[in-house]
Amino acid sequence: MTGQAAKTDDLYDLYRELILDHARSPRHFGRLQEATHTAQGINPLCGDKLTMYLTVDANRVIQATSFEGSGCAISIASASLLTDAVIGLTVDKAEAVFSAVTDRLTQGRADNEPAFDINLEAHFEKFKALDGVREFPSRVKCATLAWHALHSALSHEATPATTE
Amino acid sequence: MSQAQPRPSATPAGWRNDFPILRQSINSQPLVYLDSAASAQQPASVIDAVARYQREDHANVHRGVHTLSHRATDAYEGARDKIREFINAANRSEVVLTSGTTESINLVAQSFCRPRIGSGDKILITHLEHHANIVPWQLVCEQTGAELVVAPIDDAGQLELDGFWSLLTNDVFILAIGHVSNALGTINPVKDIVAKARQRGIPVLIDGAQGVPHMPVDVQDLDCDFYAFSGHKMFGPTGTGVLYGREALLDEMPPYQGGGDMILEVSFESTIYNELPYKFEAGTPNIAGVIGLGAAIDYLQNIGMQRIAAYEHDLYNYMVSSLKTVDGIRLIGTAANKASVQSFLLDDIHSHDLGTILDHQGIAIRTGHHCAMPVMTRFGISGTSRASIAFYNTTDDVDRLIKALLKAKQVFG
Repeated sequence: MTGQAAKTDDLYDLYRELILDHARSPRHFGRLQEATHTAQGINPLCGDKLTMYLTVDANRVIQATSFEGSGCAISIASASLLTDAVIGLTVDKAEAVFSAVTDRLTQGRADNEPAFDINLEAHFEKFKALDGVREFPSRVKCATLAWHALHSALSHEATPATTE
Repeated sequence: MSQAQPRPSATPAGWRNDFPILRQSINSQPLVYLDSAASAQQPASVIDAVARYQREDHANVHRGVHTLSHRATDAYEGARDKIREFINAANRSEVVLTSGTTESINLVAQSFCRPRIGSGDKILITHLEHHANIVPWQLVCEQTGAELVVAPIDDAGQLELDGFWSLLTNDVFILAIGHVSNALGTINPVKDIVAKARQRGIPVLIDGAQGVPHMPVDVQDLDCDFYAFSGHKMFGPTGTGVLYGREALLDEMPPYQGGGDMILEVSFESTIYNELPYKFEAGTPNIAGVIGLGAAIDYLQNIGMQRIAAYEHDLYNYMVSSLKTVDGIRLIGTAANKASVQSFLLDDIHSHDLGTILDHQGIAIRTGHHCAMPVMTRFGISGTSRASIAFYNTTDDVDRLIKALLKAKQVFG
C-alpha cells in the first residue's frame, strides 16, 4: 500500500465476479481417475490443500485436468481457471504459462504487459482476474498454489508443492 | 437473529490509551485489534521498561561483580519475584523462566516424563489442546513407547466430563490440559480436574497460555503440579515464558539443557548442577524480555485481574450476542463457561477471505486452524475466523467487527 490510503475498490478488485464465480462453481472439480500426473499443493501457513490431476498423452499434450481440495476463494478460483486453461496445451507450453502467471502475480508485471508471447490471449484475459491479489501481498500465495501444484505434477516431483 | 445485549457500562478508555500501538490506522481506518489470543499488545510501561534496561542497565546476569551486572541481576530476579507473587507460587525456586509456554511444556515432557516412562504408561491430554500441548507429548511417546490418550469433547467444545473421569486411570503418568482453549475459548474446570487427578496420584500440567492473561491464577489454590504460560500473551515481550513447578518435582528432575548458569561446578569428570530454579535455565536468558514481563505484571496488578476478568466477561458477552445478530454466522465453540475468544464461520466465506476483508477495514482477527488442527477436525472444518479480546478492547471495537462482517457479506454478495 506504500502508505497510500487503500481504495475500497481494492476489495472488489480482489473479489471480482469472475473469481467469485469460479470459487462458487469450480470447473473440473473432482478426481480424475485416469490421471497420468498428479501432485498436491499445500500452503502450510493457512492449511489450504489442493490436489491437481492431469492426463498427458504420448505427444505430451494435456488432454484432461481436474483438481480437488479445500481453500479460500482465491486459491479455488485460481485452480479452477488453471484447469480450464491448460487443457490442450503441451507440457512445455503449460510450464511456460506457469512461469508467466506466477511472475505476473509475484512481480507485479501488469504495467509492462504483455508478459505472454505464447498465443494464450484468450486464457490470459481470464488470468487477469487474479491481478487484484497484487494489492494483497499476504494472498499472493493463495493465487499461486494451484500453479505450483501444476508445475510439481508436470515435473514429477515426489513431494507436495508448497508456496513457501 | 437475536437481540444484541446492552453495552457494558464501564469503557476503559484509559486502559486503551496505555497501548501506543492501538493509536494507529490500518488501511485508513482506526486499528481494531482482535487478535490478542495470538499475541497481546504491550502497554507503554512495558516498552519503556525494556528500553530503559537496554539503555541504562544491560549486562549479563548472575555473573559480574560490576554495577551493571548487579542492576541487571536485580531487575531480572525482581521480575521472578513479581511472577511468583502474581501466580501465588509458594517459593521463587518454583518459577522457572523459559522462552514461552512451548518450551515450558517441552521441559516437563523431556525432563519429568522421559526418564521415567515407558510402554504401559499413558499420557492424557484433551481434544481441545493447542499443538504445543500435543506434539511435545507425542515426541516423548515416540521416545519411550508410552501411549498418548486424548479425552473427547462434545459439540459445544467442552470436555465430556463423565467420560473424562474414567480416563484418570492408574497407568496415566501425567495429565496435560489447557486452562482455556485458544481455538474455542472453553474454560476447563481445572481445579476440579486437578483434585480428581491428584486423588489418583496423577500429576497435572496446566497449559495456562490463555488463562493467565484473563483471570486471576493461583497455582496453590489450583493445586496443580506444573503451570505453563507465555509473556507475550499477557502484555509482555515475546520470547519469555514461565514454568511453575512444584518444588519437590522440580528437585527430582534432571536438567533440560546444559550450559552456563545452570551449574555450580564443572570439571570434565562431573558437573554439579545449580540449585532451583537455575538448574533449568542454561545460558544467558532473555533478560530484557523478563524485565518487560515484570513490568507487564506491575501493569496488570495495578488494574487488578478481578477487574480485568469482570470487564472482559461483559465485553465478551456483548461480542457473542452481537455476532449472533449477523445472518449466516455459525459460532464454533459454545461452551457454557468461556473466555476471551470466539471462533466463527460466516456463510460459506473462507476464513482467509474474511480475514482479508476485515483487515481491509482495519480489523485484525486470526484465521485458519489456530495451531489446533484436531479441534478443527472435530468440527469437520479446516479453520475458523477467531476474534479474541483483551481489556483494551471496547464495545466500539465489537461494533466495527460486526459492520465489517456485513461488508464481507456484501462483497461476497
